[in-house]
Amino acid sequence: MKPFDYLRAEGLDLASQQTAPDGAMAIAGGTNLLDLMKLQVESPDTLVDVNPLSMDQIADEGDGLRIGAQATNTATANHARVRSDYPVLAKAILAGATQQLRNKATTAGNLCQRTRCYYFTNIDQPCNKREPGSGCGAIDGIARLHAVLGTSSECIATYPGDMAVAMTALDAKVEIANGDGNSRTVPVRDFHRLPSDTPHIDNVLEPGEIITGVTLPAPVGGTQLYRKVRERSSYAFALCSVAAIVDMADGRISRADLAFGGLAHKPWHDPRIGELLVGEEPSLALYDKAADLLLEDAQGYGENDFKIPLARRALTATLCEATGVEA
Amino acid sequence: MPLKINNHPYDLPGDPRVSLLDFIRREAGLTGTKKGCDHGQCGACTVIVNGKRINSCLTLAVMHDGDEVTTIEGLGTPTEPSALQQAFVEHDGYQCGYCTPGQICSATAMLDEIAAGMPSDATDDVSGAPTLTDEEIRERMSGNLCRCGAYPNIVAAIREVAGAAS
Repeated sequence: MKPFDYLRAEGLDLASQQTAPDGAMAIAGGTNLLDLMKLQVESPDTLVDVNPLSMDQIADEGDGLRIGAQATNTATANHARVRSDYPVLAKAILAGATQQLRNKATTAGNLCQRTRCYYFTNIDQPCNKREPGSGCGAIDGIARLHAVLGTSSECIATYPGDMAVAMTALDAKVEIANGDGNSRTVPVRDFHRLPSDTPHIDNVLEPGEIITGVTLPAPVGGTQLYRKVRERSSYAFALCSVAAIVDMADGRISRADLAFGGLAHKPWHDPRIGELLVGEEPSLALYDKAADLLLEDAQGYGENDFKIPLARRALTATLCEATGVEA
Repeated sequence: MPLKINNHPYDLPGDPRVSLLDFIRREAGLTGTKKGCDHGQCGACTVIVNGKRINSCLTLAVMHDGDEVTTIEGLGTPTEPSALQQAFVEHDGYQCGYCTPGQICSATAMLDEIAAGMPSDATDDVSGAPTLTDEEIRERMSGNLCRCGAYPNIVAAIREVAGAAS
Protein backbone atom coordinates (compact mmCIF):
# COMPACT_ATOMS: atom_id res chain seq x y z
CA MET A 1 0.00 0.00 0.00
CA LYS A 2 1.38 3.41 -0.96
CA PRO A 3 1.75 6.09 1.74
CA PHE A 4 -1.17 8.48 2.25
CA ASP A 5 -2.33 11.19 4.64
CA TYR A 6 -5.16 10.18 6.94
CA LEU A 7 -7.72 12.80 7.98
CA ARG A 8 -10.79 12.47 10.17
CA ALA A 9 -13.81 14.32 8.78
CA GLU A 10 -14.86 17.31 10.84
CA GLY A 11 -18.21 18.29 9.38
CA LEU A 12 -19.83 17.46 6.06
CA ASP A 13 -18.85 20.58 4.13
CA LEU A 14 -15.20 20.34 5.17
CA ALA A 15 -15.13 16.63 4.29
CA SER A 16 -16.53 17.53 0.91
CA GLN A 17 -13.75 20.07 0.34
CA GLN A 18 -11.15 17.58 1.54
CA THR A 19 -12.32 14.82 -0.80
CA ALA A 20 -12.69 17.09 -3.84
CA PRO A 21 -9.05 17.17 -5.07
CA ASP A 22 -7.70 14.49 -7.39
CA GLY A 23 -6.06 11.82 -5.27
CA ALA A 24 -8.29 12.35 -2.22
CA MET A 25 -10.91 9.75 -1.33
CA ALA A 26 -13.48 9.20 1.39
CA ILE A 27 -13.27 6.00 3.42
CA ALA A 28 -16.09 4.54 5.51
CA GLY A 29 -16.18 0.74 5.98
CA GLY A 30 -13.10 0.35 3.79
CA THR A 31 -13.83 -3.25 2.80
CA ASN A 32 -13.54 -2.52 -0.93
CA LEU A 33 -11.21 0.49 -0.91
CA LEU A 34 -8.51 -1.04 1.33
CA ASP A 35 -8.61 -4.24 -0.71
CA LEU A 36 -7.99 -2.16 -3.87
CA MET A 37 -5.30 -0.08 -2.15
CA LYS A 38 -3.37 -3.25 -1.25
CA LEU A 39 -3.51 -4.20 -4.93
CA GLN A 40 -2.50 -0.62 -5.89
CA VAL A 41 -5.59 -0.40 -8.07
CA GLU A 42 -6.38 2.62 -5.90
CA SER A 43 -3.52 4.69 -4.49
CA PRO A 44 -5.01 7.83 -2.93
CA ASP A 45 -2.65 10.38 -1.43
CA THR A 46 -5.29 11.47 1.11
CA LEU A 47 -7.93 9.37 2.85
CA VAL A 48 -10.75 11.22 4.60
CA ASP A 49 -12.36 9.01 7.24
CA VAL A 50 -16.04 9.97 7.12
CA ASN A 51 -17.06 7.81 10.10
CA PRO A 52 -16.95 10.80 12.51
CA LEU A 53 -19.88 12.29 10.53
CA SER A 54 -22.09 9.58 12.14
CA MET A 55 -24.49 9.35 9.20
CA ASP A 56 -25.64 5.89 10.23
CA GLN A 57 -29.24 6.46 11.31
CA ILE A 58 -32.13 4.50 9.80
CA ALA A 59 -35.41 6.35 10.36
CA ASP A 60 -38.95 6.71 9.07
CA GLU A 61 -39.33 9.48 6.52
CA GLY A 62 -42.99 10.06 5.79
CA ASP A 63 -44.35 6.63 4.90
CA GLY A 64 -40.95 5.66 3.56
CA LEU A 65 -37.61 4.93 5.18
CA ARG A 66 -34.34 6.84 5.12
CA ILE A 67 -31.15 4.80 5.42
CA GLY A 68 -28.08 6.80 6.42
CA ALA A 69 -25.01 6.63 4.18
CA GLN A 70 -23.00 4.96 6.92
CA ALA A 71 -25.63 2.49 8.13
CA THR A 72 -23.90 -0.86 7.85
CA ASN A 73 -25.30 -3.50 5.56
CA THR A 74 -25.98 -5.56 8.70
CA ALA A 75 -27.92 -2.73 10.35
CA THR A 76 -30.02 -2.22 7.23
CA ALA A 77 -30.76 -5.91 6.62
CA ASN A 78 -31.64 -6.36 10.29
CA HIS A 79 -33.84 -3.26 10.61
CA ALA A 80 -37.38 -4.21 11.61
CA ARG A 81 -39.01 -2.10 8.87
CA VAL A 82 -36.64 -3.30 6.17
CA ARG A 83 -37.41 -6.89 7.14
CA SER A 84 -41.18 -6.37 7.18
CA ASP A 85 -41.80 -3.67 4.53
CA TYR A 86 -38.85 -4.00 2.14
CA PRO A 87 -37.86 -7.69 2.39
CA VAL A 88 -36.35 -7.62 -1.11
CA LEU A 89 -33.69 -5.28 0.28
CA ALA A 90 -32.96 -7.42 3.34
CA LYS A 91 -32.73 -10.52 1.13
CA ALA A 92 -30.44 -8.86 -1.40
CA ILE A 93 -28.05 -7.59 1.27
CA LEU A 94 -27.97 -10.97 3.03
CA ALA A 95 -27.23 -12.67 -0.30
CA GLY A 96 -24.02 -10.64 -0.63
CA ALA A 97 -20.59 -11.02 0.97
CA THR A 98 -20.20 -12.44 4.50
CA GLN A 99 -21.34 -11.36 7.94
CA GLN A 100 -17.85 -10.00 8.69
CA LEU A 101 -17.94 -7.80 5.57
CA ARG A 102 -21.57 -6.74 6.01
CA ASN A 103 -20.73 -5.62 9.55
CA LYS A 104 -18.32 -3.03 8.08
CA ALA A 105 -19.76 -2.30 4.62
CA THR A 106 -21.93 0.81 4.43
CA THR A 107 -24.83 1.97 2.27
CA ALA A 108 -22.77 4.58 0.42
CA GLY A 109 -19.71 2.36 0.10
CA ASN A 110 -21.81 -0.46 -1.27
CA LEU A 111 -23.28 1.85 -3.93
CA CYS A 112 -19.76 3.04 -4.87
CA GLN A 113 -18.02 -0.35 -4.83
CA ARG A 114 -15.92 -1.09 -7.90
CA THR A 115 -16.25 -3.94 -10.35
CA ARG A 116 -14.63 -7.31 -9.62
CA CYS A 117 -13.43 -7.65 -13.25
CA TYR A 118 -10.17 -9.64 -13.09
CA TYR A 119 -8.46 -7.18 -15.43
CA PHE A 120 -9.50 -4.17 -13.35
CA THR A 121 -8.04 -5.68 -10.18
CA ASN A 122 -4.73 -6.74 -11.76
CA ILE A 123 -2.46 -3.76 -12.44
CA ASP A 124 -0.37 -5.83 -14.87
CA GLN A 125 -3.33 -6.12 -17.24
CA PRO A 126 -4.89 -3.57 -19.59
CA CYS A 127 -8.11 -2.00 -18.31
CA ASN A 128 -9.88 1.10 -19.61
CA LYS A 129 -11.69 1.50 -16.31
CA ARG A 130 -8.50 1.55 -14.23
CA GLU A 131 -6.26 3.19 -16.81
CA PRO A 132 -8.20 4.93 -19.60
CA GLY A 133 -6.85 4.14 -23.05
CA SER A 134 -4.97 1.00 -21.99
CA GLY A 135 -7.50 -1.33 -23.61
CA CYS A 136 -9.87 -4.01 -22.34
CA GLY A 137 -8.48 -7.43 -21.53
CA ALA A 138 -11.88 -8.95 -20.89
CA ILE A 139 -13.52 -8.45 -24.29
CA ASP A 140 -11.41 -11.19 -25.88
CA GLY A 141 -10.31 -12.72 -22.59
CA ILE A 142 -11.65 -14.21 -19.37
CA ALA A 143 -15.17 -12.86 -19.17
CA ARG A 144 -17.25 -15.25 -17.12
CA LEU A 145 -18.44 -12.57 -14.68
CA HIS A 146 -18.96 -9.95 -17.35
CA ALA A 147 -21.83 -7.97 -18.80
CA VAL A 148 -24.18 -8.90 -21.63
CA LEU A 149 -26.31 -5.73 -21.55
CA GLY A 150 -25.28 -2.11 -22.10
CA THR A 151 -21.63 -2.93 -22.85
CA SER A 152 -19.30 -0.81 -24.97
CA SER A 153 -16.23 -1.50 -27.07
CA GLU A 154 -14.22 -0.06 -24.15
CA CYS A 155 -15.57 -2.05 -21.19
CA ILE A 156 -17.74 -5.06 -20.37
CA ALA A 157 -17.40 -4.92 -16.57
CA THR A 158 -20.36 -5.53 -14.29
CA TYR A 159 -21.52 -3.62 -11.25
CA PRO A 160 -21.01 -6.36 -8.64
CA GLY A 161 -23.44 -5.48 -5.84
CA ASP A 162 -26.76 -6.89 -4.64
CA MET A 163 -28.08 -4.10 -2.39
CA ALA A 164 -28.39 -1.59 -5.24
CA VAL A 165 -30.28 -4.11 -7.38
CA ALA A 166 -33.02 -4.29 -4.75
CA MET A 167 -32.92 -0.49 -4.36
CA THR A 168 -33.37 -0.21 -8.13
CA ALA A 169 -36.48 -2.39 -8.02
CA LEU A 170 -37.75 -0.32 -5.07
CA ASP A 171 -37.01 2.95 -6.94
CA ALA A 172 -34.98 4.32 -4.01
CA LYS A 173 -33.33 7.75 -4.16
CA VAL A 174 -29.72 8.67 -3.33
CA GLU A 175 -29.17 11.89 -1.35
CA ILE A 176 -25.94 13.65 -2.26
CA ALA A 177 -24.35 16.65 -0.50
CA ASN A 178 -22.06 18.86 -2.54
CA GLY A 179 -20.14 20.72 0.13
CA ASP A 180 -21.62 24.20 -0.09
CA GLY A 181 -24.62 23.33 2.05
CA ASN A 182 -26.66 22.15 -0.95
CA SER A 183 -27.78 18.66 -1.83
CA ARG A 184 -29.36 16.84 -4.73
CA THR A 185 -31.33 13.65 -5.11
CA VAL A 186 -30.66 11.04 -7.78
CA PRO A 187 -32.75 7.89 -8.30
CA VAL A 188 -30.67 4.74 -7.73
CA ARG A 189 -31.84 3.81 -11.24
CA ASP A 190 -29.79 6.76 -12.58
CA PHE A 191 -26.89 6.70 -10.12
CA HIS A 192 -24.64 4.21 -11.92
CA ARG A 193 -23.55 4.82 -15.52
CA LEU A 194 -23.10 2.65 -18.56
CA PRO A 195 -19.44 2.38 -19.61
CA SER A 196 -19.73 4.07 -23.02
CA ASP A 197 -16.33 5.62 -23.87
CA THR A 198 -15.67 6.73 -20.26
CA PRO A 199 -15.71 3.44 -18.30
CA HIS A 200 -13.46 4.91 -15.60
CA ILE A 201 -16.50 6.87 -14.35
CA ASP A 202 -18.72 4.41 -12.46
CA ASN A 203 -21.46 6.75 -11.31
CA VAL A 204 -22.77 10.31 -11.36
CA LEU A 205 -20.95 11.55 -8.23
CA GLU A 206 -18.94 14.70 -8.93
CA PRO A 207 -15.64 15.45 -7.15
CA GLY A 208 -16.34 16.49 -3.56
CA GLU A 209 -19.88 15.14 -3.53
CA ILE A 210 -20.69 12.89 -0.58
CA ILE A 211 -23.62 10.49 -0.32
CA THR A 212 -25.58 11.24 2.86
CA GLY A 213 -28.34 8.63 2.61
CA VAL A 214 -30.79 6.61 0.56
CA THR A 215 -34.55 7.00 0.85
CA LEU A 216 -37.00 4.22 0.16
CA PRO A 217 -40.51 5.18 -1.00
CA ALA A 218 -43.62 4.12 0.92
CA PRO A 219 -43.86 0.33 0.94
CA VAL A 220 -46.06 -1.39 -1.64
CA GLY A 221 -47.92 -4.67 -1.37
CA GLY A 222 -47.19 -7.91 -3.14
CA THR A 223 -44.46 -10.49 -3.17
CA GLN A 224 -40.83 -9.40 -2.87
CA LEU A 225 -38.15 -11.82 -4.05
CA TYR A 226 -34.39 -11.73 -4.64
CA ARG A 227 -33.08 -14.63 -6.70
CA LYS A 228 -29.30 -14.78 -7.01
CA VAL A 229 -27.50 -17.28 -9.23
CA ARG A 230 -23.84 -17.76 -8.38
CA GLU A 231 -20.98 -20.23 -8.66
CA ARG A 232 -21.31 -21.43 -5.05
CA SER A 233 -24.18 -21.21 -2.59
CA SER A 234 -22.69 -18.47 -0.38
CA TYR A 235 -20.15 -15.64 -0.59
CA ALA A 236 -19.93 -15.24 -4.35
CA PHE A 237 -20.86 -12.45 -6.72
CA ALA A 238 -23.97 -12.81 -8.86
CA LEU A 239 -23.70 -14.32 -12.31
CA CYS A 240 -27.26 -13.07 -12.58
CA SER A 241 -29.69 -11.82 -9.96
CA VAL A 242 -33.30 -10.70 -10.08
CA ALA A 243 -35.00 -8.37 -7.59
CA ALA A 244 -38.75 -8.52 -7.98
CA ILE A 245 -41.74 -6.78 -6.44
CA VAL A 246 -44.82 -8.38 -7.94
CA ASP A 247 -48.46 -8.00 -6.99
CA MET A 248 -51.67 -9.55 -8.31
CA ALA A 249 -55.27 -8.28 -8.45
CA ASP A 250 -58.24 -10.23 -9.85
CA GLY A 251 -55.99 -12.88 -11.37
CA ARG A 252 -53.88 -10.36 -13.22
CA ILE A 253 -50.48 -8.86 -12.53
CA SER A 254 -50.98 -5.40 -11.01
CA ARG A 255 -47.35 -4.55 -10.25
CA ALA A 256 -44.03 -5.82 -11.61
CA ASP A 257 -41.01 -3.81 -10.53
CA LEU A 258 -37.94 -5.77 -11.63
CA ALA A 259 -34.20 -5.16 -11.56
CA PHE A 260 -31.28 -7.34 -12.54
CA GLY A 261 -27.75 -7.75 -11.22
CA GLY A 262 -24.69 -9.35 -12.80
CA LEU A 263 -25.75 -8.44 -16.32
CA ALA A 264 -24.51 -4.89 -16.81
CA HIS A 265 -22.31 -2.02 -15.65
CA LYS A 266 -25.24 -0.92 -13.48
CA PRO A 267 -28.24 -2.54 -11.81
CA TRP A 268 -30.42 -3.11 -14.87
CA HIS A 269 -33.94 -1.73 -14.99
CA ASP A 270 -36.03 -1.86 -18.15
CA PRO A 271 -39.38 -0.10 -17.62
CA ARG A 272 -40.84 -1.85 -20.68
CA ILE A 273 -40.89 -5.16 -18.79
CA GLY A 274 -43.23 -3.86 -16.09
CA GLU A 275 -45.42 -2.26 -18.74
CA LEU A 276 -45.63 -5.56 -20.63
CA LEU A 277 -46.54 -7.58 -17.53
CA VAL A 278 -49.01 -5.30 -15.75
CA GLY A 279 -52.64 -6.05 -16.62
CA GLU A 280 -51.86 -9.49 -17.99
CA GLU A 281 -52.71 -12.93 -16.66
CA PRO A 282 -49.59 -14.76 -15.50
CA SER A 283 -48.32 -17.43 -17.91
CA LEU A 284 -45.08 -18.94 -19.11
CA ALA A 285 -45.74 -17.49 -22.56
CA LEU A 286 -45.98 -14.00 -21.06
CA TYR A 287 -42.74 -14.45 -19.12
CA ASP A 288 -41.02 -15.61 -22.28
CA LYS A 289 -42.06 -12.35 -23.93
CA ALA A 290 -40.70 -10.41 -20.93
CA ALA A 291 -37.38 -12.22 -21.29
CA ASP A 292 -37.36 -11.50 -25.04
CA LEU A 293 -37.69 -7.82 -24.23
CA LEU A 294 -35.01 -7.90 -21.51
CA LEU A 295 -32.52 -9.67 -23.73
CA GLU A 296 -33.30 -8.29 -27.21
CA ASP A 297 -29.99 -6.37 -27.32
CA ALA A 298 -27.96 -8.81 -25.20
CA GLN A 299 -24.48 -9.66 -26.45
CA GLY A 300 -22.21 -12.37 -25.11
CA TYR A 301 -18.41 -12.27 -25.15
CA GLY A 302 -17.64 -15.98 -25.33
CA GLU A 303 -17.18 -17.06 -21.73
CA ASN A 304 -20.29 -15.23 -20.59
CA ASP A 305 -22.60 -16.33 -23.43
CA PHE A 306 -24.34 -18.56 -20.87
CA LYS A 307 -25.67 -15.50 -19.07
CA ILE A 308 -28.22 -14.83 -21.81
CA PRO A 309 -30.17 -18.10 -21.35
CA LEU A 310 -29.42 -17.91 -17.60
CA ALA A 311 -31.06 -14.49 -17.32
CA ARG A 312 -34.11 -15.78 -19.22
CA ARG A 313 -34.49 -18.71 -16.82
CA ALA A 314 -33.85 -16.60 -13.72
CA LEU A 315 -36.49 -14.06 -14.79
CA THR A 316 -39.01 -16.80 -15.63
CA ALA A 317 -38.38 -18.68 -12.38
CA THR A 318 -38.72 -15.51 -10.31
CA LEU A 319 -41.99 -14.50 -11.98
CA CYS A 320 -43.35 -18.05 -11.66
CA GLU A 321 -42.54 -18.09 -7.95
CA ALA A 322 -44.12 -14.67 -7.44
CA THR A 323 -47.34 -15.50 -9.30
CA GLY A 324 -47.78 -19.21 -8.57
CA VAL A 325 -47.27 -20.38 -12.15
CA GLU A 326 -45.80 -23.88 -12.58
CA ALA A 327 -42.33 -23.43 -14.07
CA MET B 1 -8.89 7.44 23.31
CA PRO B 2 -6.67 4.38 23.09
CA LEU B 3 -7.60 1.24 21.20
CA LYS B 4 -8.34 -1.61 23.60
CA ILE B 5 -7.44 -5.18 22.73
CA ASN B 6 -8.69 -7.77 25.23
CA ASN B 7 -9.11 -4.90 27.72
CA HIS B 8 -5.50 -3.74 27.36
CA PRO B 9 -5.05 -0.17 26.01
CA TYR B 10 -2.75 0.58 23.07
CA ASP B 11 -1.79 3.86 21.40
CA LEU B 12 -2.80 4.10 17.75
CA PRO B 13 0.02 3.60 15.22
CA GLY B 14 1.75 6.54 13.57
CA ASP B 15 1.60 5.02 10.09
CA PRO B 16 -2.03 4.99 8.91
CA ARG B 17 -1.32 2.06 6.56
CA VAL B 18 -1.14 -0.43 9.45
CA SER B 19 -4.12 -2.77 9.28
CA LEU B 20 -5.85 -3.74 12.50
CA LEU B 21 -4.61 -7.27 11.82
CA ASP B 22 -0.95 -6.24 11.60
CA PHE B 23 -1.41 -4.05 14.68
CA ILE B 24 -2.83 -6.95 16.70
CA ARG B 25 -0.03 -9.30 15.64
CA ARG B 26 2.97 -6.98 15.63
CA GLU B 27 2.25 -4.18 18.09
CA ALA B 28 0.18 -6.13 20.60
CA GLY B 29 2.08 -9.35 19.98
CA LEU B 30 -1.14 -11.36 19.89
CA THR B 31 -0.38 -13.88 17.17
CA GLY B 32 -3.49 -16.00 17.62
CA THR B 33 -5.21 -13.88 14.98
CA LYS B 34 -3.97 -15.16 11.62
CA LYS B 35 -3.22 -13.57 8.25
CA GLY B 36 -4.54 -15.77 5.46
CA CYS B 37 -5.44 -13.94 2.26
CA ASP B 38 -5.17 -10.36 3.64
CA HIS B 39 -8.10 -9.46 1.34
CA GLY B 40 -11.21 -10.32 3.36
CA GLN B 41 -11.82 -13.57 1.53
CA CYS B 42 -10.74 -16.26 4.02
CA GLY B 43 -11.80 -15.08 7.49
CA ALA B 44 -8.61 -16.22 9.29
CA CYS B 45 -8.20 -12.67 10.64
CA THR B 46 -11.71 -12.45 12.13
CA VAL B 47 -11.86 -10.57 15.44
CA ILE B 48 -14.73 -9.05 17.40
CA VAL B 49 -14.84 -5.23 17.50
CA ASN B 50 -17.42 -3.60 19.80
CA GLY B 51 -19.32 -6.90 19.78
CA LYS B 52 -19.31 -7.39 16.00
CA ARG B 53 -17.14 -9.76 13.98
CA ILE B 54 -15.07 -8.18 11.22
CA ASN B 55 -12.11 -8.99 8.98
CA SER B 56 -9.21 -7.25 10.77
CA CYS B 57 -7.19 -7.24 7.53
CA LEU B 58 -9.64 -4.86 5.81
CA THR B 59 -9.62 -2.05 8.33
CA LEU B 60 -6.98 0.44 9.41
CA ALA B 61 -5.87 0.45 13.04
CA VAL B 62 -6.09 4.28 13.11
CA MET B 63 -9.82 3.99 12.42
CA HIS B 64 -10.38 2.20 15.76
CA ASP B 65 -9.84 5.04 18.18
CA GLY B 66 -11.62 4.01 21.41
CA ASP B 67 -12.83 0.66 20.04
CA GLU B 68 -12.81 -2.57 22.04
CA VAL B 69 -11.28 -5.50 20.19
CA THR B 70 -11.56 -9.12 21.32
CA THR B 71 -9.21 -11.68 19.81
CA ILE B 72 -9.02 -15.44 20.32
CA GLU B 73 -6.71 -14.79 23.31
CA GLY B 74 -9.50 -12.74 24.90
CA LEU B 75 -12.10 -15.49 24.65
CA GLY B 76 -10.41 -18.08 26.85
CA THR B 77 -7.17 -19.70 27.88
CA PRO B 78 -5.81 -23.24 27.58
CA THR B 79 -6.85 -23.89 31.18
CA GLU B 80 -10.11 -21.96 30.98
CA PRO B 81 -11.34 -22.27 27.40
CA SER B 82 -14.62 -20.74 26.24
CA ALA B 83 -17.48 -23.13 25.47
CA LEU B 84 -16.73 -22.89 21.74
CA GLN B 85 -13.00 -23.40 22.23
CA GLN B 86 -13.76 -26.53 24.27
CA ALA B 87 -16.28 -27.76 21.70
CA PHE B 88 -13.79 -27.31 18.82
CA VAL B 89 -11.34 -29.52 20.74
CA GLU B 90 -13.93 -32.15 21.55
CA HIS B 91 -15.32 -32.30 18.00
CA ASP B 92 -11.92 -32.08 16.29
CA GLY B 93 -13.07 -28.92 14.51
CA TYR B 94 -9.77 -28.36 12.72
CA GLN B 95 -6.81 -30.13 11.24
CA CYS B 96 -3.90 -27.72 10.78
CA GLY B 97 -5.53 -25.14 13.07
CA TYR B 98 -4.63 -22.05 11.05
CA CYS B 99 -8.22 -20.94 10.44
CA THR B 100 -9.39 -21.94 13.93
CA PRO B 101 -8.97 -18.62 15.81
CA GLY B 102 -10.99 -16.89 13.09
CA GLN B 103 -13.57 -19.67 13.08
CA ILE B 104 -14.04 -19.43 16.85
CA CYS B 105 -14.20 -15.61 16.94
CA SER B 106 -16.67 -15.74 14.08
CA ALA B 107 -18.81 -18.43 15.72
CA THR B 108 -18.77 -16.58 19.05
CA ALA B 109 -20.25 -13.46 17.44
CA MET B 110 -22.58 -15.57 15.30
CA LEU B 111 -24.27 -17.08 18.35
CA ASP B 112 -24.92 -13.55 19.62
CA GLU B 113 -26.42 -12.63 16.22
CA ILE B 114 -28.73 -15.64 16.39
CA ALA B 115 -29.73 -14.72 19.95
CA ALA B 116 -30.54 -11.20 18.70
CA GLY B 117 -32.80 -12.70 16.00
CA MET B 118 -30.80 -11.53 12.99
CA PRO B 119 -31.77 -13.20 9.70
CA SER B 120 -29.38 -14.71 7.15
CA ASP B 121 -29.55 -15.73 3.51
CA ALA B 122 -30.64 -19.18 4.74
CA THR B 123 -33.63 -17.76 6.65
CA ASP B 124 -36.88 -18.52 4.79
CA ASP B 125 -38.82 -15.56 6.19
CA VAL B 126 -36.57 -12.58 6.88
CA SER B 127 -39.34 -10.87 8.88
CA GLY B 128 -39.31 -13.65 11.49
CA ALA B 129 -36.79 -15.04 13.95
CA PRO B 130 -34.30 -17.59 12.60
CA THR B 131 -33.90 -21.13 13.92
CA LEU B 132 -30.37 -22.47 14.05
CA THR B 133 -30.36 -25.32 11.54
CA ASP B 134 -27.13 -26.74 10.10
CA GLU B 135 -27.94 -24.84 6.89
CA GLU B 136 -28.07 -21.61 8.91
CA ILE B 137 -24.73 -22.39 10.59
CA ARG B 138 -23.07 -23.09 7.23
CA GLU B 139 -24.42 -19.89 5.65
CA ARG B 140 -23.50 -17.73 8.63
CA MET B 141 -19.98 -19.20 8.74
CA SER B 142 -19.33 -18.86 4.98
CA GLY B 143 -16.83 -16.07 5.60
CA ASN B 144 -14.45 -18.52 7.28
CA LEU B 145 -12.70 -20.92 4.96
CA CYS B 146 -11.02 -24.14 6.14
CA ARG B 147 -8.62 -25.57 3.58
CA CYS B 148 -8.36 -28.80 5.58
CA GLY B 149 -12.10 -29.25 5.12
CA ALA B 150 -13.01 -29.69 8.79
CA TYR B 151 -16.43 -28.18 8.11
CA PRO B 152 -18.59 -31.08 9.40
CA ASN B 153 -16.80 -31.00 12.76
CA ILE B 154 -16.88 -27.18 12.92
CA VAL B 155 -20.65 -27.31 12.39
CA ALA B 156 -20.92 -30.04 15.06
CA ALA B 157 -18.99 -27.93 17.58
CA ILE B 158 -21.13 -24.85 16.95
CA ARG B 159 -24.34 -26.89 16.98
CA GLU B 160 -23.44 -28.33 20.38
CA VAL B 161 -22.75 -24.93 21.95
CA ALA B 162 -25.81 -23.35 20.32
CA GLY B 163 -27.97 -26.20 21.58
CA ALA B 164 -26.60 -25.84 25.07
CA ALA B 165 -27.26 -22.11 25.01
CA SER B 166 -30.89 -22.29 23.86
